[in-house]
Amino acid sequence: MTIFRGLLVCGEVVDGNITTITRELLNIGRKLRDALHQPLSTLLIGEKIEERAQEVISLGADKVYMVNGPIFMESSPDLYVGIITEVCKQMAPSIILFGHTEMGREVAPRLAVRLNSVVTMDCTDLSINPETKQLLQSKPVYGGNAIAIWISESKDPQIVTLRPRASMPAEPDVSRKGEMIPLGINIDHSMIKSKLLETVKEEVRGIKLEDAKVIIAGGGGIGGIEGFKSLEELAKVLRGTIGVTRVPCDEGWMPISLEIGQTGHIVTPNLYIAIGISGAPQHMAGCASSKCIVAINRDPEAQIFKEADFGVVGDYRQILPTLIEKCKDLIR
Amino acid sequence: MNLIVCVKQVPNPEIPPSKFRIDSEAKRTIPPEGIAPVINPYDERAVELALRLKEKHGGKIMVVTLGDDVSGNVVKHALSMGADDGVVLTDPAFEGSDSFGIAYILTRAIQKIGSYDLILCGRQAADWDEGLVGSIIAENLSLPLMTLVVAIERIDKELKMKRVTLEGHQIFTLPIPSVVTVSQEVGRPRLPSGWGIISATKKKLPVWNAKDIGADLSQIGAKGARKRVMKLFLPERERRCEMVQGETAVEAAIKLAEKLREAGTI
Repeated sequence: MTIFRGLLVCGEVVDGNITTITRELLNIGRKLRDALHQPLSTLLIGEKIEERAQEVISLGADKVYMVNGPIFMESSPDLYVGIITEVCKQMAPSIILFGHTEMGREVAPRLAVRLNSVVTMDCTDLSINPETKQLLQSKPVYGGNAIAIWISESKDPQIVTLRPRASMPAEPDVSRKGEMIPLGINIDHSMIKSKLLETVKEEVRGIKLEDAKVIIAGGGGIGGIEGFKSLEELAKVLRGTIGVTRVPCDEGWMPISLEIGQTGHIVTPNLYIAIGISGAPQHMAGCASSKCIVAINRDPEAQIFKEADFGVVGDYRQILPTLIEKCKDLIR
Repeated sequence: MNLIVCVKQVPNPEIPPSKFRIDSEAKRTIPPEGIAPVINPYDERAVELALRLKEKHGGKIMVVTLGDDVSGNVVKHALSMGADDGVVLTDPAFEGSDSFGIAYILTRAIQKIGSYDLILCGRQAADWDEGLVGSIIAENLSLPLMTLVVAIERIDKELKMKRVTLEGHQIFTLPIPSVVTVSQEVGRPRLPSGWGIISATKKKLPVWNAKDIGADLSQIGAKGARKRVMKLFLPERERRCEMVQGETAVEAAIKLAEKLREAGTI
């Protein structure tokens, strides 16, 4: 019988950099390691990952497993799932952590079936019950209307995906020591069933939503594509960028690449100005951790006012022109 | 093409948070009074995508749901949109199943249906928001899987699919048969037609229980669950909102800008 032991973080490297979610996973992984007294490992897959392995150790990993090669999640998810399954079979960790990213969403459920184990998706907190040593998996449900804490029924390994921005990122400590272990995995190309023809990236104008310090977000209350011009103007003045809720995407006013929420981007700017947004939990899931939320809405009963720091009841068409001018004036 | 769509009945996700109630003892939600449950919006889009495929390439759409007696309504909704047949899976033994159990039951039903070119599921259900069932069905049946699909076209013996990513989209080809999970960017699903409603209402839906699909009872129900909810609670999310008021919109706008400057956020 396999004895499962240790924590494995499935890390992600994008454009040669360790992603923020990987640092967040390492931070929460360290917390779990300390509670369980089990080693924390990280798996890195891709090209030139040796350079990043040392950094992962500085962020808290005791061991870094490396699968070197031109293997990319975006182009061959089937292969990626196959490789991670092989690694997990070899390592037999008791807990496997993914980011709730495109990679985690794709791999974690399939991995759970292949390992005959269990998975909880989109967790916002993970902790260990000090008595039972069970992994407590907190996860928003019903679009964020409620939180459920799940526990697994003795099916190791336990797999979880962690929502981006739910944890603070680990801070590096270069004095940390760890082991780097290259893994040889037999790559069986016959496992590739889906073939990529094309990847299209929509051009991001200005700042990426995840990196933005200021986000001006519009919802159904904006009423049409025209209305977004004034939001863009305000974004320009505040050196921010534009985000949207589901309705402007469904209506075709704005591209879906700007959607913030449970099924879109998760953002944590210093300032989030929500205009014509009712405040449905499915949207708030993507922005509730913003430092300061401002709501502008015609409906004084809108849910958004319960979740904002500042609120103005009124028509944004009448409010925004003055707000833009006054902001220009104040930050000059 | 023979298409199978898995649909689920969920509490209406559009209800305002103020009407959302839970029973923390029983760890379940209390259905809001006077607001009927609906077809999971993501599944409704899977039905829509299946209908578009049928319009282009012909074929039949079979809709499957797992639930209680009432959940036949979501199958009837899909039929009224234009799907051809449906089946309801219901059995006390199914109650308390987790996503793995649900996916297992659906897998057994799909095997009983037998012939299919494509299985479509919504990307996640608007109740537990897991996003597992479609992927597990694909793995159970050892079928190719594509997630977050928004458009499909058949080209000879392959399916060309568009899937959404955070930064744009990708085009993949998959063999037949495959499994897809459908994302909301498919767009608004069509409204049921008058004729569709009439014929769906008349239609008698077959009901299959655990025995009918040959389900292994150790895989299903609360006993077969791989995980369970230990606690269910409402999140603390209220911030203290300072309402910024003015005689006019202009005055309110000026005050708001000043407040933000004072708070150091601009």
